[in-house]
Amino acid sequence: MNKQDHEARLNLIKSRLKIRYAKEKAFRAAGVTAILTALSMLAILFITIVGSGYSAFQQTFVRLDIHFDQEVIDPERSGDPEVFSQADFAGLVKKSLRKKFPDVRKRRQKRDLYSLVSSGASFQLRDMVMNNPGIIGSTKTVWMPADDDIDMYVKGHIKAGEKGGGRIKDYKLAWIKELSAGGAIEKRFNRTLFTSGDSREPELAGIWGAAVGSFYTMFVTLVLSFPLGVATAIYLEEFAPKNIWTDILEVNINNLAAVPSIVFGLLGLAVFLNFFGLPRSAPIVGGLVLTFMTLPTIIIASRASLLAVPPSIREGALGVGASKMQAVMHHVLPLALPGMLTGTIIGMARALGETAPLLMIGMVAFIVDIPAGIFDKATVLPVQIYLWADSPERAFMERTSAAIMILLAFLLIMNAAAVILRKRFERRW
Amino acid sequence: MTVRSEELTNLNELLLKMAALVEAAIKSSVESLVARKANVAEKVIREDHQINAFDVAIDEECIRLLALKQPMGKDLRLITTAMKITTDLERIGDNAVNIAERAMELNLEPELKPYVDIPRMSRIVQGMVRDTIDAFVNEDVTLAKDVIMRDDSVDDLNETVWKDLMLIMTQDPSTTSRAVKITYVSKYLERIGDHATNIAETVVYMVEGKIIRHMLPDQF
Amino acid sequence: MVRSRDDIVRTIGKPLLADDERVKISCRNVNVYYGEKRAIREVSVDIAEQEVTAFIGPSGCGKSTFLRCINRMNDTIKSCRVEGEITLDREDIYDRNVDPVLLRARIGMVFQKPNPFPKSIFENVAYGPRIHGLARNKSELDEIVITSLEKAGLFSEVKDQLDHPGTGLSGGQQQRLCIARAISVQPEVILMDEPCSALDPIATAKIEELIDELRRNFTIIIVTHSMQQAARVSQRTAFFHLGNLVEVDDTNTIFVNPEHKLTQDYITGRYG
Repeated sequence: MNKQDHEARLNLIKSRLKIRYAKEKAFRAAGVTAILTALSMLAILFITIVGSGYSAFQQTFVRLDIHFDQEVIDPERSGDPEVFSQADFAGLVKKSLRKKFPDVRKRRQKRDLYSLVSSGASFQLRDMVMNNPGIIGSTKTVWMPADDDIDMYVKGHIKAGEKGGGRIKDYKLAWIKELSAGGAIEKRFNRTLFTSGDSREPELAGIWGAAVGSFYTMFVTLVLSFPLGVATAIYLEEFAPKNIWTDILEVNINNLAAVPSIVFGLLGLAVFLNFFGLPRSAPIVGGLVLTFMTLPTIIIASRASLLAVPPSIREGALGVGASKMQAVMHHVLPLALPGMLTGTIIGMARALGETAPLLMIGMVAFIVDIPAGIFDKATVLPVQIYLWADSPERAFMERTSAAIMILLAFLLIMNAAAVILRKRFERRW
Repeated sequence: MTVRSEELTNLNELLLKMAALVEAAIKSSVESLVARKANVAEKVIREDHQINAFDVAIDEECIRLLALKQPMGKDLRLITTAMKITTDLERIGDNAVNIAERAMELNLEPELKPYVDIPRMSRIVQGMVRDTIDAFVNEDVTLAKDVIMRDDSVDDLNETVWKDLMLIMTQDPSTTSRAVKITYVSKYLERIGDHATNIAETVVYMVEGKIIRHMLPDQF
Repeated sequence: MVRSRDDIVRTIGKPLLADDERVKISCRNVNVYYGEKRAIREVSVDIAEQEVTAFIGPSGCGKSTFLRCINRMNDTIKSCRVEGEITLDREDIYDRNVDPVLLRARIGMVFQKPNPFPKSIFENVAYGPRIHGLARNKSELDEIVITSLEKAGLFSEVKDQLDHPGTGLSGGQQQRLCIARAISVQPEVILMDEPCSALDPIATAKIEELIDELRRNFTIIIVTHSMQQAARVSQRTAFFHLGNLVEVDDTNTIFVNPEHKLTQDYITGRYG
């Protein structure tokens, strides 16, 4: 080839090169745009949730001087806790309020006065007395949760006098002003949110009941789905003959992973509740249903990680005379386990966020008590969110967002655990 | 897995044994001529097959090492050198047989004249063969070059013998047959010297990796 | 694929040993099928005791397949079927009563890619004796591990790091670790499937030295795609071609004066 031809060729390549680079740039720009869009969506989601939910971590409290009147609590001086618990603690609160605002005379206004403080205040006082009967007869300064309307007003979520915001009357406003002027109104960390079960009163509602319910459900799911899933994966990958039946099985497992979760709920309803007669709303049934849902995910992930173990390891073990079972248990499984755990955690994280199948088996009920076992009635975090989101009170709105934040935190922790596990135990051959 | 040192030692030993046989054959053949001993000549002819057997054995061993051990560098030079040396040694053996044959023929006729230069040549070439093998075994280039130098004196002696015999033949044509046979012997010894020189040259190649054949002495 | 008798090449050279005492493994009319495809055709050959036998041949000639029949490693491949007779010490290894696990304790194997377990060096070597229960206590196990590493020429290099992972060693060391692992159960035969193909020349040379050492105690069969390696380490060489065993003879004969045209072409590099 002579020099001229050579140059012509080079020029041709150069002219094409520009177009090639331009294409590359355009593709990269499209990718960056897509990622930025996704990130901004995520940011909007987080900002909305955090923005509307952060205030739920605080709760308005009212300070009152309560006289633990012997006559009211235990008139016969029996010292019997049974008697204490029957006492009219609400009366003590009312009395204290009347003392604070002696001008209030009208019955209607009196009722409004009493509603400054949460109806749960009487339980708080009762617990104080039960824990320490010595305080009977004395006067104590007690911080009590304010009613949710007051709480909302103090946090600035509803305004007085406004149309629709007329729940707070002017005289009530005056009381609040008077109380806060005396330092008797304060925002404090909302412990109730983390320690209580559900309640009709937003200021008394917490996610602990749902969290415990979630924990029991997840526990059942994990205990059932991990060993079952791993064992299935090992059998299918290492031992099962390759024939039409195992092929069908494989297709079905893959299909099962794509079945809408509500279908599993229906299955649970039909099989566990109606046929086996297991208790309604119980974590055991929720766990069983979620096991159905997670099993395919775990099986698929486990098979993939078994497949990723190089055959040379199996051969090495067989070569020194290990049996098939020994080769798998001693060498293949330990290497595949990190991958299996990752798959399991991701499956569990999905199960943790699942609502639909649980609706079908009655885990959507309003349950105040903290479940004590897998057979107790319970609800789970996402269902709790669903329930609160459905409640009319303004104060439940921020609690819904707070619960979402907590659920997201759990999911993040689980996914992070999956990533760490993979990074930590991943091996290169 | 490369060529083992014991395999090389073994090869050296084979060559040494062969060289000893060859040297003895030269000595015996010339002795049979000078001392007019027919039985010694017969023995040289009879035992030549031993030398040939060594030739074959060494060749086979070298081919085996080349084929199976894929020697490189110095080992490669050593083994190819050994193949050349064994050929030269075998040729020297053949020359000794030739001398022995001439001796048997000459011994049937009266002595032409006492041998003077032939035994001298014989001693020189025996020394050359011995030294050249020593040079191979000890990788001694100086000794090898010395052997190459000594070849000139063999050539000179061959010339002298040839001239002497020419003179005798012209003076007395009846001696021609015997004189020609003696010039043959001289020629055989000269050839032995040349083979020894060849060996010495390949020894230099083996040690230094430099081919000095067809060079003048001052060039190497 | 048409299967005809013409496909079968009659093995020439010395496939069968004249001296019955030296025969460790004998194969008669062995055919191996993958599904319908016949990968090995009517192979009959004797493997001599305490000798290195090399299997050479172009890729896909069936040499590895045949090797893997000898410790029934092909059992793990579902579509694979072995016909004919293979005996170890005159005992049919495909007999119903022969347990492949036990067989593999007698016939060790070293693979193409060094495949130490991702465990410590000690555990790698101790694994075999442990599962077979060859050591009664810890000190016996230690001794087996140390002797095996010594025999594999690795002990001096790793004696201070027995608890380090085996995968951290260099390629050549890993392969010697695998050899140590194979000899730890004291097999009678060691099969090596291209043991040096992943190694550099220095590591290869070390393994070759080692094979020559091991020959004193073990019967070794090595599959190699390097003819030079077969020439260097083996005493007998078998040349495979398209599933046929073409020629078997003393290594020297195969490499200096092969009889068959195919062998000649292959070893001179004029194949194909």
